[in-house]
Amino acid sequence: MNTGTEKTEYVSYLDHQGKYKGIFAWIFATDHKRIGLLYLYAIMTFFFVGALLGLLMRVELIAPGQTIMKPQTYNGVFTVHGIIMIFMVVIPGLSAIFGNFFLPIQIGAKDVAFPKLNRFSWWIFMAGSALAIASQFLRNGPPDTGWTFYAPYSTTTGTNVIMATTAAFVLGFSSILTGLNFIVTIHQMRGPGMKFFNMPLFPWALYATAWIQLLATPIIGITLIMLIAERLFGIGFFDPNLGGDPLLYQHLFWIYSHPAVYVMILPAMGVISEIIPTFCQRKIYGYKAIALSSLTIAGVGFLVWGHHMYTSGMSENARWFFSLLTFIVAVPSAIKVFNWLSTMYKGSIDLKPPFLYALAFIFLFIIGGTTGLILGSVATNVQVHDTSFVVAHFHYIIFGGMGFAFFAAIHYWLPKMYGRMYNIKRANIGLIIIFIGFNLLYFPQFIIGIMGMPRRYFDYLPQFQPAQVISTIGGFILVGGLILMVYNLVAGARKGPAAPANPWSGTTLEWQVPSPPSLENFDEEPVIKQNPYDYK
Amino acid sequence: MSEAKIHVEEHRDDEASKLGMWLFIFTELLLFGGLFLVYSIYRAEYPDNFREGSLELSVTIGAVNTIALLFSSMTIAMALTAMQKNNKKLAIQMIAVTLFMALVFLVNKYFEWGHKIEAGLYPGSTLMSLLDRGHLLYFSLYFFMTGLHALHIIIGMVLLFICLFKVRNETIHNQKYVLLENSALYWHLVDLIWIFLFPLMYLIS
Amino acid sequence: MANNTSHTTEYRVLGKILLLLMFLTFLTISVTSYDLGAFTVTIALLIAGVKAFMVMSYFMHLKHENLLLRILVAMIFVLFAVIVLITFIDYAYR
Repeated sequence: MNTGTEKTEYVSYLDHQGKYKGIFAWIFATDHKRIGLLYLYAIMTFFFVGALLGLLMRVELIAPGQTIMKPQTYNGVFTVHGIIMIFMVVIPGLSAIFGNFFLPIQIGAKDVAFPKLNRFSWWIFMAGSALAIASQFLRNGPPDTGWTFYAPYSTTTGTNVIMATTAAFVLGFSSILTGLNFIVTIHQMRGPGMKFFNMPLFPWALYATAWIQLLATPIIGITLIMLIAERLFGIGFFDPNLGGDPLLYQHLFWIYSHPAVYVMILPAMGVISEIIPTFCQRKIYGYKAIALSSLTIAGVGFLVWGHHMYTSGMSENARWFFSLLTFIVAVPSAIKVFNWLSTMYKGSIDLKPPFLYALAFIFLFIIGGTTGLILGSVATNVQVHDTSFVVAHFHYIIFGGMGFAFFAAIHYWLPKMYGRMYNIKRANIGLIIIFIGFNLLYFPQFIIGIMGMPRRYFDYLPQFQPAQVISTIGGFILVGGLILMVYNLVAGARKGPAAPANPWSGTTLEWQVPSPPSLENFDEEPVIKQNPYDYK
Repeated sequence: MSEAKIHVEEHRDDEASKLGMWLFIFTELLLFGGLFLVYSIYRAEYPDNFREGSLELSVTIGAVNTIALLFSSMTIAMALTAMQKNNKKLAIQMIAVTLFMALVFLVNKYFEWGHKIEAGLYPGSTLMSLLDRGHLLYFSLYFFMTGLHALHIIIGMVLLFICLFKVRNETIHNQKYVLLENSALYWHLVDLIWIFLFPLMYLIS
Repeated sequence: MANNTSHTTEYRVLGKILLLLMFLTFLTISVTSYDLGAFTVTIALLIAGVKAFMVMSYFMHLKHENLLLRILVAMIFVLFAVIVLITFIDYAYR
């Protein structure tokens, strides 16, 4: 049949025949939906590689001393686990996959502002990822510095630091270009009648995120170049042996990497803000507050980076300044949580998997967030800095937060993306297993962290072992749950029953078009309402 | 501004293109911003060394380069005006002058750097490694920042060459010149960076 | 939309701005030949700031662009300044 040329001929974007054939129809695609799927497949793969590395660490840590790997190997494993998870999974994750797929549709556009640039962003993402993987195998051995590449070790160690940091630089470029594309898309391509405050909350979140991607990433870019220059030319920006200041590296690194965590969590919160109204069949409580809180978090998030450095040697004034700002930035996040809960009150709740994942998100995010306050407070930070308390905190926030929001998003939007439904019961079982495994894996790490278990340590004192064993068992349960979840989703996407256009009775624009959407999203002009969450 | 729902039309949004270019300029500003941050920290720590280091630079060449870039900024802006007034010939001439000024800048840079390198002063050299802390940092920043800046000049020149050809074969014309406009913006950015680099590197009293 | 309706800056305006910029350049050079301690760098940066403002307003047409863009540009510089300032909260009080 013909391609979707004139208005009414519906052809799913998956079936559309364009200029290219076969695999080239995908890797040369400029359709934002295909690009979203390309990111999805790549990132899912990277996630499982990263998870496998995490599991290997857990096996190593099940007993003190050497269990399955040498100390140097362990350093390489936690480094690459971090690089993959941070740069190749969590930072791009929600924006590149669901942002790409749904931003244009949700604002009534037929694609992003610069589709070819979008394709280029994916190419660079793959190139950077390839470099990162290559750094594991070439010449001087995998980097062992931690994903944070702290100087002076990173400027002096013999491992493949230059390749890994180049990879991070290239990946950063992909992030910048995606952010640029989304900002212009939101400013210039909203459909007729879609003002800023008529947009759903996921686009709002993506907008705030895009600004962070655009403005913060160049700083890590230049920092990594300086790192590389230091390794190559022995300059002394950061090497105390040459009179440089290693703390300056930390400042520069965290000036990006702190805002980066908001790149991770803001779209996640955007997803939750979409799911809750749908499954409570109620207008979201405090739409404007949530929208503006995203921007506030993005802005204030640029000012708190020093809370990663309380024990590194900063001045006292710096310490209290950063602590104060850190407590302030927690407020807009809390506003969102209160608004989500208020939306549920007297709502008509439907306990489907997306909503259950959203509930899990709120629970885990609260744990992650409040333990963040313990870390954000200078006095308590001294006790727990660089312990597994930190590790538990950020896994609750990033994995429990962004990760579970990701799972919520895929369960929410898969029927739209593929036009098929997965098995609900299996999804719920998967969720329960994942939830149990997750908490068994990470909660004990809070406890032993306070007791003194350092992070990134290959060996430990015997009193920490019971908790480590529980944690490792939790890790295996978690991965088992993840496998079940993915199996269920893949089976559903491939041969599940056909899904209707609006399986969840949502009100945002993506539910007004067929499942899957046609190439240009809207075969008829979309009906854009003033209130995106217009439930009766 | 809202597009027809029928696709395969020549869809162009010059406003979007220009906004995109400005956003990219923001990233460049912050990229160099990181270097300016490092500069300011170390200058505050080694003020005397930085001053001594700057005595090694020729204010004359720096000033000539500054004027060259400012002049080129004017000429590329004039090229855009010419294009808006449908004066193809003048547009080409102005772009050519801009490129010439850029070349002047690079040639000067070549001699400046060449002089230092001949004297054994370059990143990684033995002489550099024997310098005092502050001096080493100053010269490292000098090579790093002017080098990164020169790289951006080259990129800008490539963009302008492309514009030159496209104006000549009229793929850039009076009704469609956003590429020229955006390339000009990029060029002005290169000028902007130098406006700050010049006093900070050359004019420490 | 297709056609550009950007404002056209006249040649003589551009020429005058260049003269102003050249004047400010020479001003910077002469001012910095005196040692005014910490003020030297402040004055030099201030003049550079004025030059940058001229380049952005006239050569880059910001003067005739929409308000949103002008605010964004300002915010970038503010962001940079704030980051530098905060970093100095550490370094100045070590």
